[in-house]
Amino acid sequence: MAVITYLEAIRQALGEEMARDERVFILGEDVGAYGGAFKATEGLQERFGEARVVDTPISETAIVGSAIGASYMGMRPVCEIQFIDFIACCFDMLTNFAATSRYRNGAGVSIVVRGPCGGGVGGGPFHSVNPEAFFLNTPGLKMVEPSTAYDAKGLLKAAIRDDDPVLYFEHKFLYRRIKDEVPEEDYVVPLGKAAIRREGSDLSIITFGAMTHTAMDAAATLSDAGVEAEVLDLRSLAPLDREAILTTVSKTSRALVLYEATRTGGIGGELAAILAEDAFEYLDAPVMRVASVDTPVPYSPPLEAAFLPNADKVVAAAQKLVEY
Amino acid sequence: MKRHMTRTGGRSMRNPAVSCQRSAVSYQLTAGLARDVEERLTVLFRQSKVIGGLYRSMGQEGESVATAYALERTDAILPLIRNMGALMTMGVRPREIFLQYMAKARSNSRGRDLNIHIVHLPVAGAAEPVVVGPISMLGDSIPVAAGIAMGARMRGQNMVAMAWIGDGATSTGAFHEGLNFAAVQRIPLIVVAEDNKFAYSTPIAKQMNIARIDERAAAYGIPHEMVDGNDMLAVYDVTKRLVDRARFGGGAALIGVDTMRMQGHAQHDDARYVPKALLEEWAKKDPIARFRTHLLETGAATEQDIDEIDAMTKRFASDEAQLAEDDAMPDPSTVTRGVYAGDDFAQPQVEFVKSPFRS
Repeated sequence: MAVITYLEAIRQALGEEMARDERVFILGEDVGAYGGAFKATEGLQERFGEARVVDTPISETAIVGSAIGASYMGMRPVCEIQFIDFIACCFDMLTNFAATSRYRNGAGVSIVVRGPCGGGVGGGPFHSVNPEAFFLNTPGLKMVEPSTAYDAKGLLKAAIRDDDPVLYFEHKFLYRRIKDEVPEEDYVVPLGKAAIRREGSDLSIITFGAMTHTAMDAAATLSDAGVEAEVLDLRSLAPLDREAILTTVSKTSRALVLYEATRTGGIGGELAAILAEDAFEYLDAPVMRVASVDTPVPYSPPLEAAFLPNADKVVAAAQKLVEY
Repeated sequence: MKRHMTRTGGRSMRNPAVSCQRSAVSYQLTAGLARDVEERLTVLFRQSKVIGGLYRSMGQEGESVATAYALERTDAILPLIRNMGALMTMGVRPREIFLQYMAKARSNSRGRDLNIHIVHLPVAGAAEPVVVGPISMLGDSIPVAAGIAMGARMRGQNMVAMAWIGDGATSTGAFHEGLNFAAVQRIPLIVVAEDNKFAYSTPIAKQMNIARIDERAAAYGIPHEMVDGNDMLAVYDVTKRLVDRARFGGGAALIGVDTMRMQGHAQHDDARYVPKALLEEWAKKDPIARFRTHLLETGAATEQDIDEIDAMTKRFASDEAQLAEDDAMPDPSTVTRGVYAGDDFAQPQVEFVKSPFRS
């Protein structure tokens, strides 16, 4: 097994899937000779040609719309959204059209729409969002967000092979900071399956993406204080792994939901509702949310640090929860 | 503007041979069928058997038929609500339309989506068109059509995609993004931009600051032409030339058609905002009546021939409507089915009829 970065894992998944299946192609802005704003597609146009790594105009609706059309013809397009914030420019195409296509006419849309999400890098209001809640209320879409290089590769391969539209959020803070072991041989990480990252008995921290690492840091601090947190990395946001969510909370009886998007109307509300409906009798304390504050994502480092969740905020919330 | 017939239908075209490759009578039949299907729908609408709105293409049947006639049977069409003529030309069985409008269980969308919102993706090798029905977020059809043609090209198929769009929808970002992308990629996409004078109640002057709708394409470096949309032969000739060009690597093109929506946006809309004089002027240019005159004047058909065709299309529309009316409504227990792949919910296919609509 080789140790590679989260970014390299994405690049490998794209290259391997294109080599495996000639129906797979990439389209997006600056994805060709330049290799993408974050270099996720570096070298792929050289390897597979301009017809399969398509530089597009700055037209997110055309990128996703044409991908849907191509998927109707049996292709498996992977769209790159240069910053995931710009997915709002093709929101209509995804929510009204792609998500409903199978339900309306039995016409499946086998596309992946991937792009860098998340803050912590001074990206400001237009280059930092976590958009999962925008789409969570749209049946027909699937969503994933990996936290490790292993998952980045395995989830992207699964997404490309999936017959439904999959939004693949890659956290830009993790691109070059996270490295882990990835097998040489082909594998997938199935959609809809969460992973326990740390076992514990006192509370469950339910999270995903970059916040998984924040949760692990917080869990280490809590452990020094005698509190053992279990960390559940959701990996898939739609569909959610309800079984894993209910299993961990039935074990620990306390749930802290941690997500990087802003607090109100976020995915944490849905997780709390699932627990209230299906795990009420297991709970010894209210479900708590730790998330970003309800503002646009600010630019200046002290402001962004105040905005984002961090290990200290998680530790403080966890302590309140265990003392409840 | 390309025009072959005089206002009342007399022939003034330069090269009749181009238009007469297919039987001229079949234009009359197909456009008439489109109108008769909609007439039946109007009856069903008044009986409250149509669910939701009913959108007529009265006055526009000619351009819709004649543009589609320039395609091959295995090409892709992306009609909008007023392109019943295109559906009939490609051979979509009228029953499919009635099933859809009455939200029946066996409709293409199995009661999940409106009117002519049908999708047909033929199995490999079938001599059938790709059909992607209207996307109500107008303009979205253009990038999707570009992707269909691009995807087909990637798979080695020599396919042209044709998308119809109204004057209002050419104001959307999606239209411009899609057309620009198709132009840059030299995608075999034909856009039929219909100037039917009103987008719902908004006149075209409030929609664009150009005199001719085909100039929408000028910024994209692709051929664009304006044609008299109520002259089926002229529409066919212009379209055929651009379709052939696209098919053999020439890339995208846009055809502007000058026509008139003769009824309201939908049946609930009495269209009192449309000047009476305008309607009267266009009533004289009705594409079906004009073509009838043309057939008679050129001796291509007799009064009796045309009367027989009219009776046949009326009977066909009526029979098809009855078949659909007798069909069941969807089972409510199926409401959660088919959101995602893998639950084996039905993959609906559109049923096509062959001749007499296509040679």
